Amino acid sequence: MKLNNLKKVLVLGSGALKIGEAGEFDYSGSQALKALREEGIETVLINPNIATVQTSEGVADHIYFLPVEATFVEKVINKERPDGILLSFGGQTALNCGVELFKKGVFEKYGVEVLGTPVQAIIDTEDRELFVNRLSEIDIKTISSQACSNISQAKEAADSLGYPVILRAAYALGGLGSGFCDNEQELLQLAEKAFSFSPQVLVEKSLRGWKEIEYEVVRDRYDNCITVCNMENFDPLGIHTGESIVIAPSQTLTNAEYHKLRELAIKIIRHIGIIGECNVQYALDPNSEDYRVIEVNARLSRSSALASKATGYPLAFVAAKLGLGYGLFELKNSITKLTSAFFEPALDYVVCKMPRWDLGKFRGVDHQLGSSMKSVGEVMAIGRTFEEALQKSLRMIGQGMHGFTDNKDIHIDDIEKALRTPTDKRIFIIAKALKNGYSIERIHQLTKIDLWFLQRLQNIYDTDNALSRVDSLNRLSVELLRQAKRQGFSDFQIARALRLGKQYSMDKAVLLVRARRKQLGVVPYIKQIDTLAAEYPAQTNYLYLTYNAVASDIEPPHDNKTIVVLGSGAYRIGSSVEFDWCGVQALQTIRQNGYNGVMINYNPETVSTDYDMCDRLYFDELTFERVLDIMEAENPKGVIVSTGGQIPNNLAVKLDEQNIPILGTTARSIDNAEDRDKFSAMLDRIGVDQPEWSALTSLDDIHRFVGKVGFPVLVRPSYVLSGAAMNVCSSEAELQHFLQLAAEVSKEHPVVVSKFMVNTKEVEMDAVADKGEIIAYAISEHVEFAGVHSGDATIMFPAQKLYVETVRRIKKISGQIARELNISGPFNIQYLARDNEIKVIECNLRASRSFPFVSKVLKINLIDIATRIMLGLPVQKPHKSLFDFDYVGVKASQFSFNRLQNTDPVLGVDMSSTGEVGCIGADASSALLKAMLSVGMRVPQKSVLISAGDPKDKASMLEPARLLQSKGFQIYATKGTSSFLSAYKIPNTRVYMNDEDGGPKVLQMLHQKQIDLVVSIPKVVDTEHIDNGYKVRRAAVDLNIPLITNARLAGAFINAFCSISIDDLDILSWEELK
Amino acid sequence: MSQQRKMTLRLDNGICFHGESFGYESSTAGEVVFNTAMCGYPESLTDPSYAGQMLVLTYPLIGNYGVPDFCIQPNGLAQFMESERIHVKALIVSSYSGNYSHWNATESLSDWLKREHIPAITGIDTRQLTMILREHGVMTGKLLLDDDPHDVEDAQYENVNFVEQVSCKQVIRYQEGAGKKVILLDCGVKHNIIRHLLQRQVEVIRVPWDYDFNQLQADGLFLSNGPGDPNTCQAAVHNIRTFLSSRQVRPLMGICMGNQLLAKAAGAEVYKLKYGHRSHNQPVRMEGTNRCFITSQNHGYAVDQRTLPSDWKPYFTNMNDLSNEGIRHTMRPWFSVQFHPEAASGPTDTDFLFDDFVSLL
Repeated sequence: MKLNNLKKVLVLGSGALKIGEAGEFDYSGSQALKALREEGIETVLINPNIATVQTSEGVADHIYFLPVEATFVEKVINKERPDGILLSFGGQTALNCGVELFKKGVFEKYGVEVLGTPVQAIIDTEDRELFVNRLSEIDIKTISSQACSNISQAKEAADSLGYPVILRAAYALGGLGSGFCDNEQELLQLAEKAFSFSPQVLVEKSLRGWKEIEYEVVRDRYDNCITVCNMENFDPLGIHTGESIVIAPSQTLTNAEYHKLRELAIKIIRHIGIIGECNVQYALDPNSEDYRVIEVNARLSRSSALASKATGYPLAFVAAKLGLGYGLFELKNSITKLTSAFFEPALDYVVCKMPRWDLGKFRGVDHQLGSSMKSVGEVMAIGRTFEEALQKSLRMIGQGMHGFTDNKDIHIDDIEKALRTPTDKRIFIIAKALKNGYSIERIHQLTKIDLWFLQRLQNIYDTDNALSRVDSLNRLSVELLRQAKRQGFSDFQIARALRLGKQYSMDKAVLLVRARRKQLGVVPYIKQIDTLAAEYPAQTNYLYLTYNAVASDIEPPHDNKTIVVLGSGAYRIGSSVEFDWCGVQALQTIRQNGYNGVMINYNPETVSTDYDMCDRLYFDELTFERVLDIMEAENPKGVIVSTGGQIPNNLAVKLDEQNIPILGTTARSIDNAEDRDKFSAMLDRIGVDQPEWSALTSLDDIHRFVGKVGFPVLVRPSYVLSGAAMNVCSSEAELQHFLQLAAEVSKEHPVVVSKFMVNTKEVEMDAVADKGEIIAYAISEHVEFAGVHSGDATIMFPAQKLYVETVRRIKKISGQIARELNISGPFNIQYLARDNEIKVIECNLRASRSFPFVSKVLKINLIDIATRIMLGLPVQKPHKSLFDFDYVGVKASQFSFNRLQNTDPVLGVDMSSTGEVGCIGADASSALLKAMLSVGMRVPQKSVLISAGDPKDKASMLEPARLLQSKGFQIYATKGTSSFLSAYKIPNTRVYMNDEDGGPKVLQMLHQKQIDLVVSIPKVVDTEHIDNGYKVRRAAVDLNIPLITNARLAGAFINAFCSISIDDLDILSWEELK
Repeated sequence: MSQQRKMTLRLDNGICFHGESFGYESSTAGEVVFNTAMCGYPESLTDPSYAGQMLVLTYPLIGNYGVPDFCIQPNGLAQFMESERIHVKALIVSSYSGNYSHWNATESLSDWLKREHIPAITGIDTRQLTMILREHGVMTGKLLLDDDPHDVEDAQYENVNFVEQVSCKQVIRYQEGAGKKVILLDCGVKHNIIRHLLQRQVEVIRVPWDYDFNQLQADGLFLSNGPGDPNTCQAAVHNIRTFLSSRQVRPLMGICMGNQLLAKAAGAEVYKLKYGHRSHNQPVRMEGTNRCFITSQNHGYAVDQRTLPSDWKPYFTNMNDLSNEGIRHTMRPWFSVQFHPEAASGPTDTDFLFDDFVSLL
């Protein structure tokens, strides 16, 4: 039964989304809070990630947008005096913070009970040596590893184990600082980096090529255990599980293997004493039943979120209840509501998780996959064959792929090498290899991927070949068509294999295949996920579509009460948890107003794919084909395309053409805003200014245009060969270089060139309009000047330093645009502002990334208003004036450069941050300080390095440098910056690059941790990256030293920590802010 | 395109499912039952409890890891299987894998089925089929080759003594002189039950289902699992009743059919469940405790707890439908369980029951 002394419980969140720690913890935290609320317990949440669902009204009672860091958490504990705390729902960040608080005696001091897994059990799993000892006590094999606390120990360990070895940094997120070393040189390099993240580094024998298998295990305090799910990695050991394609349940394990590992998992969870949930990862010999335990995560994890979605078993919710003292036998299966939560789900489908990488956004980044994570998101596909699930997942990752076959050809110089060294393109390289006649046995030898998986890929390839031998759609047999659909082929793939594109546009061809298919009766069916494989009846709203069926489990009611919300798909750079928040808010408003809310989404990390959030959840593709299938089944009153970011926005026109009722702003208006020519013409017509631009199809035209507007220019190719998609070019040489290397210029692929404005402010207008009239709005301001992508910029709301006239003009122009496009729903306009001169950069007729941030700072839910408008319900203009509150919100960006080896950690016109936080403070400085600390910045103790390339940046660092000096900081500076500062009488120590004569050498100082903060501002927005600045920035990132690369942000941060101390920051919950 | 012959599953109520043959090419008939286990097809196919039945697997991908070498060890037990041969009448799956991949596989599932003359069909919506079976209860059906005009006889399942068909025909002794002697009443015993007993250093005397074991000298009695309706096994019930009333009180353990036979011998009644238990994920709770276990099950009949005499108590209860999962005597060392503690296939949570039994000897 529940422990009865619990009245108030604190939950730690995971902070900003970063590589290795992403949306899954919003899902698990939200579930935990839901479980607590159900018990009538008062909840306190610390999480600076303002875009999350868990930090929304009604989820937790007291929300603190503060860093998940021991000092701040102690302050909140002191203030709130909770009875208990949950540590395992906020990823590694919360776990590490909890261990630190425990070791400091904070829980003891304030009488806070750690609920669920005891802290000692967490320490036993996190400290490698303790872990190995604990498991060897019960004769469980671990990977023989040696804990080392310095580089020479690491070298000795590797020598004794024999290369190849794997190096792991203890206490690190998702394998940070980890990797394989084939020889001593690689070991020394990696060890240095690993030691910068962790005092302990583990050297292990490598088991590359073994199968990697995971189990999700649950235990209650009565010692009852279940394994909710097992999963098998498509990629063998050697690739981080976050980087692997993962299949649930395991496919190549016999009963003996499956249950042997299951039994061990239960033995482990009992011995360690977990109460709640844990994840056990195994290496399994592909040639015997020999195994090793790789690791145990004593907390909810990415895998547990995946397992919850894969099975329908709400692991986080149940774990939270177990933490409160319940036994599993006292809880119900939340899908059937009748059967017990003490059971193990039986799947009658197969699930495929596919990682989403965005390595293309980073220049110079290493694309090779290994034991450290680089992917930024993931998708989960459900099917009744592996082929079906895999092909769905390849479309879901949203990188222009149509499935395993029929994609745009990729160029590979050396297939054999590419197969041997896995990269983010690996699956498509296998497709290419099959096309080039490689046998699956050969591919198996090179990749060590189990033959069973390769046989399935061969099936897809063979079917594609069979399709391509058919010479017309009419001659396509129903058997082959059905076989293709059962293997997950899309209509697009079929159209392409049949070469229909030669006769018709692909849009038309796809519709022809669809029509023919329906005529032949080859249609998908709706199946339920019921956790029991139909053994018992279940009322479940968790659905997917498959062609491996002859009947649907359900028939959606056609009562004109259904509203479909299209979700946001895979988290990726530029689109993540903020759109999940928008989708969830829309669903809430829909349901509160008596409609049925239906969600389509496929991202297992999200709250919107929690089947409790809607009336029906289709865990399926957001492709035109699949959305149309679902629309045909649902026949909804309307569909909302404006709360899920760009994916649903892009479907608007095509769905409208099929007469699907789109709610709110019309598809035509969306097109008028999205289409650059149409939008530009409209701005001209209503007399609104915009930066000069032109879409150009030849190099001559480009040069002519640049001659007219002058450098710098922003260049946006429509087809990118390599590197980032956008670039600022400041000179003829840079322009030439970029266009030759990175982009194709042709009639089919025009390049958009626009005048780039320097020293210009960027201002955001987030608003909601009803039939062209603005109902609510928020104007916020970037700290950085234009040139830093709005997703990377630090944003202040309300805007702090805009002229009243600027604000007035922005409101006026926004009103004009809203009227002209007859907007009904959410929209966002980005402006450039210099001396009251306003230009429009772009306009999106959908919710933007900053909607949750401004909604929460304003305390006006813009999505709720927008949804009501789209439903045709009456809305009132909020009375509250924009400036009617005495606090400031700051949104800061989280970067994950530390995981992206070799890339230059500078900001540019293309987005590179992986997450964000939003903090609120009494003034701009305290809000900024909280936000910066929340994204991993640390206030320097004594020394700061300043290296500014551009004279303007040098000048703008003068005041901050003076401030630093007056506060007693030691300033180090590189050559130019040093003489500049000296000329202005600011004492500083010149530091030297390795190719300069003299000392101290800056790189050495970084390695010796003699510098606490690095301010390194590149010369121009874009540079050739192998320069000295790059070396300093990269070293700072690799050595985990705070780095700022923008002069405006550096100035603001230095100003903030010099004017207010951490101890003086207010500790106010969201509801206390008025 | 696939070269397989077209096949149709025709249920007794007239509903048809169309697919392709991947086993022995012949038509057949039987009782259609499903199991929701996600692995362990070699074990399930050789489980004698499936005698006379056509097995539907709800997990869609079958055949992935092939089939291990069918070798019989010196003690007469199969190394990887649960008996000497396949006992199901036919196999019904959604997606047969064709190729397989596993280090200990020596042939494909298809080849094995052909070798043992067992028809099989793939391409079936086994979820839809399972929902029909669930709602209708057990149903017979036929598996027919589309291009073969010959029909097959309707399957007889009710009132057939399948135990007789699968039980051993003579007494078999294992590990003679190893230790305490246990009589194993073979109603269609899975080899893993014998393995579990042998591992615990006892001598096993395996006897046919209707054998009068009371004449044998032994330290304990073990009642095995088995197929079909317990009501067809009167001879066994009679012999068990004699054992219970013997002046010499000796330990007894039963599994599945053994649970039902023991209950009947004790005087209780057995009834047919609305939804049979056919999976690897059945939760049971030990009565009067907070101890819960995940078990492997395959049965359509259950003991009616209300009819238990006063000196018998429920031992385990199913946490989903509260049906009986085992009984025990209040004073004497006699107990039985409805689930399969020997697993194979399935979870191994309850193998401590074998320890309990052996420690009572």
